[in-house]
Amino acid sequence: MSNVLAVLFDGVVYSSWLFLMAAGLTLIYGVMKILNIAHGSLYALGAYTAATLAGAWLAAGLPAAGSYAMLALAALLVGVVMGPLLERGLLKWMYGKDEVVLLLVTYAAFLILEDATKLIWGVESQTLSEPYSLPGNFQIGDLAYPVYNLLLIAVAIVTGLALAWALYRTRQGKLLLAVIHDREISEAMGINVNRVYLVTFSVGSALAALGGALTAPTIAVSPGIGVEVIVLSFAVVVVGGLGSLGGAALGALMVGIARSAAVRYWPEAELFTIYFVMALVLVVRPRGLFSAPEARRI
Amino acid sequence: MTRTGWLGTALLTLSCSLAAQPALAQQPLKVGVVTFLSGPAAGPFGVPARNGFELVAEMINAGTVPAPYAGKGFGGRPIELVVIDEAGGPQKQVAEFRNLAERVDVVVGYISSGDCLAIAPVAEELKKLTVLFDCGTPRIFEDASYKYVFRTGGTGTMDNTAAALYTLERNPNIRSIAGINQNYAWGQDSWTDFEAAMKALKPGIEVKTSQMTKFMSGQFGAEISTLLSSGADVIHSSFWGGDLEGLVLQGAPRGLFQKHLVVLSAGEPGINRLGTKIPDGTIIGARGPFGPFAPDTDFNRWFKNAFQDRYNVPPNYAAYKATNALLGLKTAYEKAQKAGAANPNQDQIIAAFENLTFEGVGGTVKMALGKGHQAVMDNAIGTAKTVGGELRIVDVKRYPADRVNPPEGTKSEAWIKSGFKQ
Repeated sequence: MSNVLAVLFDGVVYSSWLFLMAAGLTLIYGVMKILNIAHGSLYALGAYTAATLAGAWLAAGLPAAGSYAMLALAALLVGVVMGPLLERGLLKWMYGKDEVVLLLVTYAAFLILEDATKLIWGVESQTLSEPYSLPGNFQIGDLAYPVYNLLLIAVAIVTGLALAWALYRTRQGKLLLAVIHDREISEAMGINVNRVYLVTFSVGSALAALGGALTAPTIAVSPGIGVEVIVLSFAVVVVGGLGSLGGAALGALMVGIARSAAVRYWPEAELFTIYFVMALVLVVRPRGLFSAPEARRI
Repeated sequence: MTRTGWLGTALLTLSCSLAAQPALAQQPLKVGVVTFLSGPAAGPFGVPARNGFELVAEMINAGTVPAPYAGKGFGGRPIELVVIDEAGGPQKQVAEFRNLAERVDVVVGYISSGDCLAIAPVAEELKKLTVLFDCGTPRIFEDASYKYVFRTGGTGTMDNTAAALYTLERNPNIRSIAGINQNYAWGQDSWTDFEAAMKALKPGIEVKTSQMTKFMSGQFGAEISTLLSSGADVIHSSFWGGDLEGLVLQGAPRGLFQKHLVVLSAGEPGINRLGTKIPDGTIIGARGPFGPFAPDTDFNRWFKNAFQDRYNVPPNYAAYKATNALLGLKTAYEKAQKAGAANPNQDQIIAAFENLTFEGVGGTVKMALGKGHQAVMDNAIGTAKTVGGELRIVDVKRYPADRVNPPEGTKSEAWIKSGFKQ
C-alpha cells in the first residue's frame, strides 16, 4: 500500500513540476501559435536568477524564509524582462510568417540565451539547497519526503486555478480567448492583439521561470538544464492538446504517474514511458486529449 | 664557377643546413587539445582539464616543472596548444578531429567514452598520434588494437573494482546492493563492473534494483523513493556533474545516505562543489589516485599548489589526468630523442610511448595494457567525513594497479567474473 502511495505522490510531484512549464508553453502556443523552444532557456534563466537572488539573500544573513520570496521574485523578473524583450525585440517582426519559421526563430533564441547564460554565470553549477531542506520532512509510510514537495504541488495547483480563473472569469481573459479563437476578427472588433501577445508571452515566460526557480533548490543549476525540460514540456503539451490548459494539467499528471510507476516497477522502461504515453494518446486522439475542434475556413 | 667558388657554396649550404637544425627544433610542436568547453561536462571536467593542460604546457615551456620534467619544452622544443570544444557528440567530434588532425602534430583529449570510441578508429585511419586522457570505457583497447592511439588514464574497471574491494573490506556483512547510474555507456559499464565485482567477491549478494536515469535528468524523486524502499545495504552510483549534485541534494535530506552505504565511484569532482553537503560515511572514488587521494609527495604538492594559485580552486581528477597526458607525451618525445632522433618523427614517438613508464601527478603511470597503449595506475578510495566544518576524505586505501586492473590480454568483464585472478 505504501508503495502505491509513494508512486502516486512521486508522480504528482513530478507532474506539478511538468505542469508549471507546460502551462506556459501551451498558453503561448494557444494564443500566438508559436512552439517556443526558448521556453527551456527561460526555465534555465529562472533557475539561475533564483539561485543568485536567494543565494545572495541567504549570504546576507537575512531570514531564511525570505529565500522563498526570492524564488518568486526571480520568476517575476525573468517574465517581466525577458518576455517583452523576446516578444517585442524578436518575435514581433516574425508574425505572419510560417509556424516553422517561428519555431526556428525561437530555437535561435534558445541557443543565444544558452550562451548568454554561460557568459553571465559561467559553466560551474550553482547550488541553493536551503529552501529545499529548511521546512523539514514528512512521512508517507516508511519514506521521508521534503515538505518542499508539498509547496511545489500547492504552487502548481494555485497557478493552474489562477490561470483558469483569469482566462474564463475575467474580461481580459475573455479577450484573450477571442484572440485564440480568431485573431483577425478580434483585431477587427478592436482588441489590441499586440498587447495580448505581449502579456501572453510575458506570462508564459514567467511560468517557465517559475518552474526553474522552484526547481533550483533541488538540483545543481548548470548549463544545459533547459534542454531536457523543453522536450518533456512538448510531450506533455502534445498529450494534452496544443493550447489547452486543462490538457496540460491532465497530460502532466498522466506522464508523471506513469514515469513514477515505471521507475519503481519497471526501471528499464522509464526512459520510454513519456513517449509511450504520448503514442498511446495520439493513437486514440491524434490532436491530443483536449484539443479544440478546428473550424475549417472557406 | 671556380674551385674556390664551389667550395664556398658548399660551405655556405652546409652552414645553412646546420643552422636550420636548431631552428626546426625551436618550431613549436602543435598539440590539439579536445575537452568540453560547453555543456554539462564543462564545469566538472572540461574546464578543469583545459586549465590543467594550459598551466602545465606553460610550465613545460618555461622549464619550471620539477624533475624529472625540468627540461624546457619537449626536449627543448616548445609546445603550442590548439584547444577545441568536445561538445556536440561523437559525429561532430569525428568531423572536428579530421580538421584538427591537419593542423596539429598530435591530438590529446576526450572525456566522453562515446567520443573516444568514435575517434580511435579515425585516428588510426588518418595515422595521427592521439592520446586519450580521461574517458573510461575499457572497450577501446579490449575490442580493438591501435598503433596511433594511446590512453594515459585508467579505465573505469579499476574505479569499480577498487570501490567493490573497499566496500566489502569495511562492510563484510553486506548482503544486497542497488544502483543508480546514467543510462549511457559510462553508467551502464560502471554498474556492470560494480555488480560483477561485488558478486565475484561475495557470491550470493542480491541486487535489489538498478535505476538507469536519463543523462542530466536532474529530478530523482521517484528513484530515491525506490532506492529507500529497496532495502539494499549498498547503493552504487557513477553519477557525475549536475546529476551527482542533484542526487546528493535530493537524497541527503531524505535520509538516503543515512539509511544506506552510498558509493560514489566518480564522486571526487563533487567534493569542491558540495563540500559538507556530502554526508559522512559516503565512499568516494576519484578515478585514480588524484585530488585528495593523491600521495603527499613533492611532485603532487607542486601541481596542487600551482593549480590552486592560478585558478583559486584545487585541481580535480580531470586536471590531474590532463597533466599526466602531457607528461607522458613529453617523456615519450624525450625518450625518442635519447634513442638518437634529435627531432623525432611520429613513428619514433610512438615506439617510445609503447610500454612506457613515467611519473605522473598522483603516481607512476604504466602503459601496461592494450599492447603498451593503455595506462594502469594504482587506485585509491576513501570515505567522506566532515571535520571542523570542512569535508575531508579519511580512511584512504590505495590499491596496487595489478589488484584493480586485468592482466594484459584479458577482458575486464571476464577478469572480474574470474574473481580478479592475475
